[in-house]
Amino acid sequence: MDNGKAVIEALIFVSGSPLTVKRIAHVLEGMSEREIRETVQLLISEYEERRSGMRIVEVAGGYQLRTHQDVAEWIKKFTGLKPVSLSRAALETLAVVAYRQPIMKSEIEKVRGVNVSGTLKGLLEKNMIRIVGRKDVPGRPIIYGTTKKFLEVFNLKDLSELPTLRELKELGE
Amino acid sequence: MNYEIKLDIFQGPLDLLLYLIKKNEIDIYNIPIAIVTEQYLEYLDFMKSMNLDVAGEYLVMASTLIHIKSKMLLPVHEDEEETADPRDELARQLLEYQSYKEAALNLDTMSILGRDVFSRTASGEDEHEDDECLLEEMSVFQLVEAFKQIVSSMIAEDLMEIDTEKISLSERINEIMAKLTEEKVVTFVDLLGEITDRLRVVYTFLALLELIKLRMVKAYQVEPFGAIRIYLAVDE
Repeated sequence: MDNGKAVIEALIFVSGSPLTVKRIAHVLEGMSEREIRETVQLLISEYEERRSGMRIVEVAGGYQLRTHQDVAEWIKKFTGLKPVSLSRAALETLAVVAYRQPIMKSEIEKVRGVNVSGTLKGLLEKNMIRIVGRKDVPGRPIIYGTTKKFLEVFNLKDLSELPTLRELKELGE
Repeated sequence: MNYEIKLDIFQGPLDLLLYLIKKNEIDIYNIPIAIVTEQYLEYLDFMKSMNLDVAGEYLVMASTLIHIKSKMLLPVHEDEEETADPRDELARQLLEYQSYKEAALNLDTMSILGRDVFSRTASGEDEHEDDECLLEEMSVFQLVEAFKQIVSSMIAEDLMEIDTEKISLSERINEIMAKLTEEKVVTFVDLLGEITDRLRVVYTFLALLELIKLRMVKAYQVEPFGAIRIYLAVDE
């Protein structure tokens, strides 16, 4: 079925948010998940070949249609929206959570050396992190982890795609 | 009045120390504690002179530095087995912080959605937790509205009832959580619908609000006036 590619492209466009292979397979019953994956790869290279202002990216466990980084300037001019920005405090806290999750607030504070209550609240509100539960130790402290939106915003397929943290060198003798 | 800008230069005592180490081209494994402490305190004085509130964390670090400095002055007894360098803990902390600081800078260089790249919902406001249907997160006010509806739809029975059943809030919370763990999803009406006892409805609602506050559950609605579904916030 040759129009599978067209359908997939259209589905990704309509979806807006990252579309999983599973959901595509649900709609396109004739295609296997493997075929879908291959077709999307084909689409991805097509967008690249014709130097499109858009591209299909694999992010947060699905496929999403996004504008190309090179056209960001014009998009911003067009929408007039203030671009998303995160403070250094927020980025550092987010980095600690991302690499060390699930993590307690006290552990984050130990790494950063400062109180992180406000920053954590901001990240929770922005839906970048979430409460994943409580740790089974006295006081049952809340533990935090990153969200799917975090992956989406930072253009990551999954957490394993985070660049490796520079290994902590062992303290010299 | 550039106080805030000044404050924002350093992310905390560790950041300030890293700056001093870099500025003096010091080996992080062999910090000349006397020099660093002196400069660190100078900086705190500078912050005070600028009338800035020096956060408590900076003072704690100052005392740690002085403590290390005094320890370094003490003679080391030969017979003590392998006395650890008092600076080790600090060096380890600094290295750890440094690696996360780098990781944060890395994150900032990525193609950030809403800054470098845009999608049809560029603001990233859609929060479809579930792929099954498009859900909208509920506000507490919508919940209250739904609650009102249920209460008003209850047949006002003019019967006197002797309340023998004692309901506790924590009991209702446990019941709701048990139900959720079993069924994954329950609708608001499911929870309240079959109950005819007003007190029980109230308790159920309170339990639900408490669970939402604790972020144990999440409430979603597909469309305005649609059924409100309650999910476990932690899906495992």
